Amino acid sequence: MLSRKKALFGGIALTLSTLGLLPVAWAADKYPSRPVQYVIPFGPGGESDITARLQQPFFKKLTGEDLIISYKPGGGGAVGWSQLNGMKGDGYNIMGVNLPHIIIKPLMGNVGFKTSDITTVYMFEYTPDAILVRKDSPFKTLQDLIDYAKSHPGQLTFSGSGKGTANDLANSRFDDATGTRTTYIPFKGTGAAFTALMGGQVKAEWGYSTVAANHKSDVRMLAVATEKRVPLFPDVPTFKEKGIDMIGGTYRGIAVPKSTPEAMRMKVSDLIGRINADPEFQKKMENRGFVLIDVPYKKVGAFMRQKTKEYIRLGKAAGVIK
Amino acid sequence: MLGLEYVVDAVTPFRLMLSLAGVVAGTVLGAIPGLTATMAIAVLVPLTFSMDPASALLLMGAIYTGAIYGGAYAAILLNTPGTPSAIATTFDGYPMAKRGDGDLAVTLACLASVVGGLVGAAALLLLAPPLAHVALAFGPVQYFWLAIFGLTLISAISEGQLIKGLIGASFGLLLSCVGVAPISGAPRFTFDSATLLGGINVVSGLIGLYCIPVLIDLVARPERHLEVTGESRGFRLREAFGLCCTGKFNLLRSSVLGTLTGILPGAGGSIASLVSYSEARRASRHPERFGKGEPNGIQATESANNATVGGGMIPTLVLGIPGTPPDAVILGALLVQGIHTGPELFSSAGGAIVYTFIYGLFIATLLMLPIGLLIGRYAFRSIVGFPKAVLVPVVAFMTIIGTYAIRNSVADVVIMIGLGIMGWGLDRLGFKPSPIVLGLILGPIAEQGFVQGWMIGSATGHPVVAFFSGPLTIGIIALTLFSLLYPLLIKRLRKARKGTGDESKPSHL
Repeated sequence: MLSRKKALFGGIALTLSTLGLLPVAWAADKYPSRPVQYVIPFGPGGESDITARLQQPFFKKLTGEDLIISYKPGGGGAVGWSQLNGMKGDGYNIMGVNLPHIIIKPLMGNVGFKTSDITTVYMFEYTPDAILVRKDSPFKTLQDLIDYAKSHPGQLTFSGSGKGTANDLANSRFDDATGTRTTYIPFKGTGAAFTALMGGQVKAEWGYSTVAANHKSDVRMLAVATEKRVPLFPDVPTFKEKGIDMIGGTYRGIAVPKSTPEAMRMKVSDLIGRINADPEFQKKMENRGFVLIDVPYKKVGAFMRQKTKEYIRLGKAAGVIK
Repeated sequence: MLGLEYVVDAVTPFRLMLSLAGVVAGTVLGAIPGLTATMAIAVLVPLTFSMDPASALLLMGAIYTGAIYGGAYAAILLNTPGTPSAIATTFDGYPMAKRGDGDLAVTLACLASVVGGLVGAAALLLLAPPLAHVALAFGPVQYFWLAIFGLTLISAISEGQLIKGLIGASFGLLLSCVGVAPISGAPRFTFDSATLLGGINVVSGLIGLYCIPVLIDLVARPERHLEVTGESRGFRLREAFGLCCTGKFNLLRSSVLGTLTGILPGAGGSIASLVSYSEARRASRHPERFGKGEPNGIQATESANNATVGGGMIPTLVLGIPGTPPDAVILGALLVQGIHTGPELFSSAGGAIVYTFIYGLFIATLLMLPIGLLIGRYAFRSIVGFPKAVLVPVVAFMTIIGTYAIRNSVADVVIMIGLGIMGWGLDRLGFKPSPIVLGLILGPIAEQGFVQGWMIGSATGHPVVAFFSGPLTIGIIALTLFSLLYPLLIKRLRKARKGTGDESKPSHL
């Protein structure tokens, strides 16, 4: 009888807490004590989705609770991010963030949010920019490509994912560093940019190490924008080795609504850090060409300031912001 | 050869159960307006992580197949496409239901879906690696022309009201410009409102323009929703079989067109069914019957959209390029599983996964016959039998939930209702929803193709030439011109024939 009452009470408490009716402090002893909603501001099947899907089982393993992924696509992420602060700041609502998107987009026009509206608590991964060509391309090395670009100004076409994205900025930085003029064609997402490369509509692609990892037999990666060579591709040089100062790509992290208390922000940050520290998770990510980074809540501010400066300079050079 | 040894692997009790469950879940989810095949799969992806890759693929394939078929119910019985793939099914499905043949239409849709699904799966089995390269032949320029070709379908679906059709399509094109621009990333026509930032989602536009006017009419008119025919007539399976036999060429042509459209990344079930519909109408001896409850119309659209399931899998598995939107989700799930797509999947080493999946897809498609007929019967009975006072609120509720679920956005619901009321008014003035939706779907494809094509052309110095060179480009342009001028040609021919007094031959052009 007693146990039944207890179960009933527990059931009610569970229902109330999932409905968000009980005060946060009550449930905050153990975080998380119920499923966490993880909103991806892009559609299912993209790279942001894939990283989230890879985190999902490790979240469960570490906490015993489910990480529930949902999607709020639209406006290149703007729809999701503009609604972030309308969500409940109790640590049970988190959203994926991408750089340079959250810095560049608000500078391109009114997209419903400002960079300062987004409370990032952890940056966990980056997908390095890379130049890809088809296996049968005459460009065997980065130097071949640069030589062609120099002798045919404007005629070297790159596909890439979108305007004002990591790819777009990388192209502008590349032109700047090599003294060439190439043509960047924005496509809708990495998949479409890759299709254009395979179809021969463009001569090269600004892609990511992940694209090369997924299509190893079809493409050749000429250079990758990392500090050190990517373990998965020991033969592919970095831009740095070739004297081009380029390290970067799309950075991914986790943000919470502004109303989330400091202590809870720390808890979320710690949890994502623990997932990143799992060797099995690291292996899974690296096998797909992702590069793990650890920028916890305490360091996010400085990281963002540095990136903002860099992106504004590049965005101006690329002509995406004024 | 063809991994026949894997047939056994596809029929283990566990996998049979997966196929069955997948088809049932897919059919039910697809029947609800707003819940598309893409979403049905995305929701169930976490379930597949604990499975082996072949079973995971099989479950997703079965859900996909079921969802595409399920979209036909709402199209036929409520004039509302359950998924975008079923837009063209409303053209003849709803008129059939109106005249009391809803049960026959649902059975026909089931048979056609099974045929289309089998043709698509057969193409995947037999021709995947060579056909995959069709996907790569289409670049920005070709997509631009393909979208223009798609817009000529307006002449086929707005018989006698071409001007109104064109105005509707232009309105749809304009609507498609709202939101963050696909290439430049600049916000357009948003009037600084967060609601319009994400643009007008095709599915919410679809639900608004098709479903809301039906609901308003149901409330505004005293008569019953659909005619009730006195006695139960079973599935009318024999009748449906007969219609399929006489329309076998139509079924086959539509299935092949559906498979090919599925292979093209960026097109999908909606475009496949529209193209097949217009081709079926063109080839028919009685084009005037289309749009008024012609069984061949349903057969064309439903076989074509289910053929995109197998067709879309071709570039997905061979090239790692998703053929249709649901394939993108399937591809993502495969990557998480650690499967790398590529032609080697079809060779002996990777064969276990792909061939088990393909045979499983055949089985799931065949299972759709009994399942589809049963669920269809139930759907028909409940929609015909429900009193309006129950039907209207239930459907209205589902449209709101469905619209919200597209991307968890209240903005989409607001836009859906706004468009719905507008659509009702426009309908009274003679502007049909289909050209508007066509504009909404094709606008972004045309825009991206044009801008990208122009940029690539400019890089080599000849942007205009780029739009008119290459056999494929010329081919699509020729098709477009033919489609535009065809009605005029027919008129000429008929006139000429009348002039010579030769009336013994029936005009069947």
